[in-house]
Amino acid sequence: MIFEQLIDIFLLAFLAVISIAIVRIRNVLTAVMLFGIYSLVSASLFMLLDAADVAFTEAAVGAGISTILMLATLSLVGRDNEKPLVKKKISFLPLIIVLVTGATLVYGIVDLPPFGAADNPAQTHVAPRYIFQSMSEIDVPNLVTAVLASYRGFDTLGEVVVIFTAGIGVLLLIGGRRREEENTDE
Amino acid sequence: MNDHMILRVVGKFLIPYIMLFALYVQFHGDFGPGGGFQAGVIFASAFVIHTLLFGVRATQKIAPEWILRIVASGGVLLYAGVGVASLLLGANYLDYNVLGAYPVAGQHLGIILVEFGVGLTVTAVIMLMFFAFAARGEPEGDAS
Amino acid sequence: MSGLGIWNYLIIIFLMMTGLYMVISSSNLVKKLIGLNVFQTSVFFMYISFGYISGGAGPVFNENVELYSNPLTHVLILTAIVVGVATTAVGLALSIRIKESFGTIEEDDLHKMDSSL
Repeated sequence: MIFEQLIDIFLLAFLAVISIAIVRIRNVLTAVMLFGIYSLVSASLFMLLDAADVAFTEAAVGAGISTILMLATLSLVGRDNEKPLVKKKISFLPLIIVLVTGATLVYGIVDLPPFGAADNPAQTHVAPRYIFQSMSEIDVPNLVTAVLASYRGFDTLGEVVVIFTAGIGVLLLIGGRRREEENTDE
Repeated sequence: MNDHMILRVVGKFLIPYIMLFALYVQFHGDFGPGGGFQAGVIFASAFVIHTLLFGVRATQKIAPEWILRIVASGGVLLYAGVGVASLLLGANYLDYNVLGAYPVAGQHLGIILVEFGVGLTVTAVIMLMFFAFAARGEPEGDAS
Repeated sequence: MSGLGIWNYLIIIFLMMTGLYMVISSSNLVKKLIGLNVFQTSVFFMYISFGYISGGAGPVFNENVELYSNPLTHVLILTAIVVGVATTAVGLALSIRIKESFGTIEEDDLHKMDSSL
């Protein structure tokens, strides 16, 4: 138990360090690779928080597909270093906004229920029904699958349609019309 | 990639196992971690490796874009079709209880079909996206 | 609240704010998208932290286990991750088109071109 907590603390600190590195680094390629590491560390953390399915997805999607897509983009748009901001336009406005928002959120965590307690509001309403009735109603041992496909099937249908629509969007934007455009230019 | 013989051979060796693992994740999702979303992404990543090794044109010959488009829409259609089937059998939309001889069997059938639809759509959409990105950077002459 | 919980939530807020800062202040569009993803991941952490029960098992049914972490948050985040990558791909596709039309993905240069038109 104490060992798990130590890993948790360590991994979270690691995430914070990586995110600072991503902000500070000017080379976009390095930032993309660091983001891949960030996703992999997040996947380990999800695993530590008992969310095996989520960890699985994050490792495959975040560390795999996202990074590959970003690298493919960089190969097309060029991996020039991010230009430093123009001197006179440097303002502390973004930093101030971020600090104020962050301070508000930190004030908000005072009222949050205790971390990991079994009687938190999030655990007491609909979750017990999913956990204790799904074996008799659906008989699928993986509760995540039961909730995903059956109890919240309509929700998941929406998500699938969103993915499908995003695919159509990508194809409309960059799907193989380049040749015709070049021909009309000539 | 012509010079990287070892990478090519080892990579090619890995591809069927990645696909097999994706199928395991897809159909074992009822019992352990896994399901359509993860399986789709893993299955697509097998083709991503193939693209990295042999170029996007070679991969597009194996998995032509028009098939992927049909598969992508077919997955959504399968998902929505399960809902329509339960409507026609006299229950609410996406209520799987009526699909089988008894409620739990119906739930099992419904979940497997729905997860399969999710897997199809996610695989095809991720592959279509990746091909769109990869083909954009290829020299145009290779197309024929 | 325990120290571990406070540490968890503090880091989540920190990650969220780093992502927000990147979205506001980065001039490179790809880096903005990375910032958006960092922001998104922090929200995932928040949900999973809410669903976590210390001493509980992962939500796969087992006869010897009484206490499970909340499957609902896992479902929400699982789908959100895949939807997230799909929308990120749309953003990356847009930045490719911007590069092809304007020759740059630096926001400052884009603004200059925009005002000089």
